[in-house]
Amino acid sequence: MTTATFNKISALTVLYRVFLRDIKVAWRRRSDIASVFFFFIIAASLFPLGLGADPKLLHAIAPSVLWVCALLSCMLSLPRIFAADYTDGTLEQLIIANQPTLLIVLMKTLAHWVLSGLPLVLVAPLIGLQFDLNVNELQVLALSLLIGTPTLSLIGSIGAALTLGVRGGGVLIALLILPLYIPTLVFGAGAVNAVSTGMSASGGLSLLGAMLALSLVFAPLAASVALKIAVE
Amino acid sequence: MGLLVANNVLAVSNLQCVRGERTLFENLTFNLESGKLLYVQGDNGSGKTTLLRALCGLSQVHSGQVSWNNQNIQSLAEDYSGQVLYIGHLAGIKEDLTAIENLQFSATLTGVDVRREQAITALTQVNIARCADLPTRVLSQGQKRRVALARLWLQENPLWILDEPFTALDGEAIKTLTRHIEGFVGAGGIVVFTSHQEPAFDSKIMQRIKLD
Repeated sequence: MTTATFNKISALTVLYRVFLRDIKVAWRRRSDIASVFFFFIIAASLFPLGLGADPKLLHAIAPSVLWVCALLSCMLSLPRIFAADYTDGTLEQLIIANQPTLLIVLMKTLAHWVLSGLPLVLVAPLIGLQFDLNVNELQVLALSLLIGTPTLSLIGSIGAALTLGVRGGGVLIALLILPLYIPTLVFGAGAVNAVSTGMSASGGLSLLGAMLALSLVFAPLAASVALKIAVE
Repeated sequence: MGLLVANNVLAVSNLQCVRGERTLFENLTFNLESGKLLYVQGDNGSGKTTLLRALCGLSQVHSGQVSWNNQNIQSLAEDYSGQVLYIGHLAGIKEDLTAIENLQFSATLTGVDVRREQAITALTQVNIARCADLPTRVLSQGQKRRVALARLWLQENPLWILDEPFTALDGEAIKTLTRHIEGFVGAGGIVVFTSHQEPAFDSKIMQRIKLD
């Protein structure tokens, strides 16, 4: 029997390490992150190739195309939030940790956003150049994605938790989550469109912010309840 | 591990668990105070795992209650789960992390910090220290099991709930684990476990329940 004693750590440290662990695990499987990232680049690049070189047309569809591609690539990576932890039993351990499941879910969702949402925010302006967007529009595009993609991860975590252990879960996530993504898509693409037509983007961006605040409160709650049902 | 507050009571009263339409067990009542070991016996499918998970708060109970020091575990929530060390059927080992990282993370979830040397000491106890820095993906089933069990040398939770801790272990490892569990119980811990082989514990400290 060991007589060593162990140092207690604070709640914040525990949560920070949950976040860090997800980043570390994902980094050891970086091909997964890369494939979702390249999916975004390739899918968004198909449109200029398919539609031909009409700058006006490309410019008009750019916001919606980029936002739809961001939505789809975010959705592709959703199963990663909980599925592996569910299979190897670490999810049970997370649920019976000494911290509320709600906060642990929040940390895991944050890690998901850093790994799949944030890269899109960074690369989207570059892809936007293919669509003849000007500097102003590119800025709003990046900003709308910066506020909007965390909402996608948060709402997505509910779908990911609900479809755990369900056969054909991948398609089911899409059916569950895509309808819930519609408001984010409308206001995100709307903000960029507004700038293109000379109006202010602040309306769309504020609404994105409001949705982020709302999902920040409710999504981890819903997802943690779904997780507890899934592991039972 | 002298830090245990040796006055805990895990009490189960009139517990009933239901899977689908089938009642697994009902009217289950027992008390376990510090220094006691409970051996849950039963055939496959008799509800041993369900009982253990209900004791952790992972499974919903149909009726009755589980309480820790006279408080319902539902209302204690994470204050209770911080007391429990549960090793289930699934080892809870992340294959992309090394054995040491896995142990450190498990300890983190119970709110304690484990240093690298401490983790290695624990892995030495289960005779697997040479695999300490390998990703657990490359380990065999029995070796992964040992990594999971090494947590028993690292965490100071006063209640251990162990689902089939002796499976996939060789004779020597079973002896080590038996001694360690006895030591923990002697120091005031509470252990609930299942096993298909008759364990070699002192009958003075061991209580039994048979589910059928």
